[in-house]
Amino acid sequence: MVSRKGSGDMNQNTKRILRIQVNGRWREDAVADNQLLLDYLREQLYLTGTKRGCDGGECGACTVLVDGRPRLACCTFAVAVEGCHVETIESQSQDGRLSPLQQAFHEKLGAQCGFCTPGMVMAAEGLLRRNPHPTEAEIREALGGNLCRCTGYVKIVESVQAACGAEKNADEKMEERA
Amino acid sequence: MKTNRTQRSGAGARRPLIDGVNKVTGTAHYTADLPAPNTLVGRIFRSPYAHAEIVAVDTREAAALPGVVAIITGQDCDKPYGILPISQNEFPLARDKVRYRGEPVAAVAAVDAETAERALKLIRLKVIELPAYFDPADSRREDAVLLHDNKRGNLEREVHNEFGDVTAGFARADLVREQTFHCAEVTHAHMEPHAALATYEPERDHLTLHSVTQVPYYVHLSLARCMDMDASRIRVVKPFIGGGFGARTETLNFEIVCGLLARAARGTVRLDLTREETFLTHRGRPQSDVRIKIGMTREGRLTACEMEMVMRGGAYGGYGIVTILYAGALLNGLYDLPAVKYDGYRVYTNTPPCGAMRGHGTVNARFAFDSLLGEMAAELGLDPIEVRRRNLLKAPTETMNGLRITTYGLPEALDWVERASGWRERYGKLPKGHGLGMACSHFVSGSAKPVHWSGEPHATVILKLDWDGGIVILTGASEIGQGSSTIVAQCVAEVLGVDWERIRVVASDSLVTPKDNGSYSSRVTYMVGNATIQAAENLKQLLVEAAARKLKTRPDDIECLGEAYRAISSGETLNFNDVTIEALVGTGTLTVKGTFTCPEDFQGGKHRGGAVGSTMGFSYAATVVEVSVDDVTGLVTVERAWCALDCGYAINPLSVEGQIQGAVWMGLGQGICEETRYENGLHTAANFLDYRMPTITESPPIEVGIIESIDPNGPFGAKEASEGPLSSLPAALAEAVRNATGLALRELPLTPERVAGAMEERERERRAAARRSARQPATEGAA
Repeated sequence: MVSRKGSGDMNQNTKRILRIQVNGRWREDAVADNQLLLDYLREQLYLTGTKRGCDGGECGACTVLVDGRPRLACCTFAVAVEGCHVETIESQSQDGRLSPLQQAFHEKLGAQCGFCTPGMVMAAEGLLRRNPHPTEAEIREALGGNLCRCTGYVKIVESVQAACGAEKNADEKMEERA
Repeated sequence: MKTNRTQRSGAGARRPLIDGVNKVTGTAHYTADLPAPNTLVGRIFRSPYAHAEIVAVDTREAAALPGVVAIITGQDCDKPYGILPISQNEFPLARDKVRYRGEPVAAVAAVDAETAERALKLIRLKVIELPAYFDPADSRREDAVLLHDNKRGNLEREVHNEFGDVTAGFARADLVREQTFHCAEVTHAHMEPHAALATYEPERDHLTLHSVTQVPYYVHLSLARCMDMDASRIRVVKPFIGGGFGARTETLNFEIVCGLLARAARGTVRLDLTREETFLTHRGRPQSDVRIKIGMTREGRLTACEMEMVMRGGAYGGYGIVTILYAGALLNGLYDLPAVKYDGYRVYTNTPPCGAMRGHGTVNARFAFDSLLGEMAAELGLDPIEVRRRNLLKAPTETMNGLRITTYGLPEALDWVERASGWRERYGKLPKGHGLGMACSHFVSGSAKPVHWSGEPHATVILKLDWDGGIVILTGASEIGQGSSTIVAQCVAEVLGVDWERIRVVASDSLVTPKDNGSYSSRVTYMVGNATIQAAENLKQLLVEAAARKLKTRPDDIECLGEAYRAISSGETLNFNDVTIEALVGTGTLTVKGTFTCPEDFQGGKHRGGAVGSTMGFSYAATVVEVSVDDVTGLVTVERAWCALDCGYAINPLSVEGQIQGAVWMGLGQGICEETRYENGLHTAANFLDYRMPTITESPPIEVGIIESIDPNGPFGAKEASEGPLSSLPAALAEAVRNATGLALRELPLTPERVAGAMEERERERRAAARRSARQPATEGAA
């Protein structure tokens, strides 16, 4: 347990060393007991891909994977995931290649303003790891806690379907128009 | 202009967004994501009173708190601001009065969030409370206290217009019906909460503000005004933006507050609003009470319309005057309507200010009009699609209120939704509890007269081509997720035929990009698109001339092949980089400009407020929705929706689909569940659990038909694609519910409570009628 009382730091909360795996790398950081995972990721690690869209648990924009399962970083204390593996949107592209979900969200216009996209992609990633070939209803259920205000969700569903190879043949029309 | 649709990146290509990869990898930096060293945290102290005179704002105790660096109040800015030059009556921090619960009163910059929040709790606001009005009828009462001294009856603006002979129109009608409609207030609810980041450099008296604005230019203007700074000392940057839908078309209080705080603190201040504060900042679509009367012949021809519209505008002017004018102006231009009388009242109330929201001003008026049109068609035994066909305009034409219509794809849109929805086979034949409904709508492709009329072109775009062969598009058009940067890039790709990878877009940084009127009234594709095309053509001409010089031939002998330039006579070719190097000889980096101006004869009628609604091209939408209604709970489920939009020409069909689907869905939200609520002025739905938007599990498949009428003045024939569809939704939905239940519901949203309530009411009436008729024969028998 460490306590930091630096000049100008008004935060009197107890801090402790958190050992955690973030995007495949183990690290140790001093965090306050009441530090939210979201703030830890954004403010301490500068992983700002994870978004804050609401005042707590309403929108899903901060969805990350904790040991492979979707979790709201805005409702999770950093210390509560001690020893766990946290994956954020920044880890999804590997060796310069977008993940299948990222590729699909890009190509199918599953992202318009893009603010809900990291949470959407992570929630969908969690689904596809559990269930590589979900039905449309299963996709909708898995993303039920992720709000989007731009797309009407049509192209989000299409993006997830495309990522798991379930796109319809009508995809031909995704090519040039005659 | 002839376009080549085989190009993957030019006009007509289903091009993914130019900034799409950043969005899916989490590398798109929104305002709250911007790294800034040594940043102070800003917080706003908000009024807990709905209407009160400010006696004192005591900040002494808060200022004494260690870690507090600056505190500002209304005393720090005495310059009012507001989007419309004629109704600037808002201060970034309230001065003499507070007029709604949640209005900013003071702001703190501190070393961290916890300190800033503790400081807020130490601020003492002393007031004399005034009567507060949450309903337009109350604030319009003769004895009501005025919110603004110069606005009698708390009326921000009344509009009285009559075009054509309304009395004669009703006289020759076979059917005249009058109804009242009520629409709840809704809000944009863009996913990114409001945020601003300001850096003040005291040594130079310079300010840099990053903000979530749709119109950086207005923010720039307002900062200069409210901070009493020369505009040249201010830089406004718009980073990635998480949606806008109109909320961010005006300068918002927190943007100026952030600038003032940074100056007071002599440093950098980050002001991230909570979701609740984002709701309170509002500027949404006002609660509207509509009384409408329509005349119709037996054949279904419209003869006249009379509408009275009362909007609960909230506490400040904002865009209000434009909103109340839009509602009346765009009664015209959709159907052939020979006579229209419109009386509009925009009323001040002690609620957060309303403003521009997707479909600005037109949505609630269209709900009332198309709903009553549908009800009357049913009464006359006419098919809802057919009745609209009988009232089509013939383009080109000019409406009575001076709106010019050059292209009109509504007939084709009606055909498309009729076919796609299987209307003829299915309408009236669905199982019990299921229904189909339809409605139409339209919207402007940019307001032909800008809000701030300065005599400049409506849009200016600069292209830069340098030795590296990269083409940089410099535009002030705000990419807010609608895809504007992609569209301008496609315009350049189309004209120059170059590889997509050569093109980069720098949007909305006042330091480098030309002034633009911003992303409002669906103007960007039309106006900025046209300016971009002109700039690209200017650049192409320079390249052709350079190629001619190098190949020792005449410019008219040069064929532009995109990545190569060829002399037709000799067959010799140069690649793009060689042409670029040649073009730079003797002149250096190439910068070219393109501009676009809406000619005056498109700028609307000469009557007062006649510019509102004027545009160079209207989009036209026809929408069909299918619903099922639970006969116990009253829950309306939207099963499917079909929408056809005449967008002139789809420069990017993928993007047009996305815009239409989003607009349809947003209109459905207003139709079935969205509603702000206030208890004594306190916002009780300022979060996503109480402000209900349809989630992915409740959202229907939306099929889209793109109708291309090729607007003669639009970029490659394009018109707008984002706002037009929305207005048709509430009416189409209400009609589908009527088709399913037999109930004409005239209050939005159609929540289970309202629908079930109406079904119960009908059941009670039925039973009462049954009881009466049970008694009736007995009485007769006795007689």
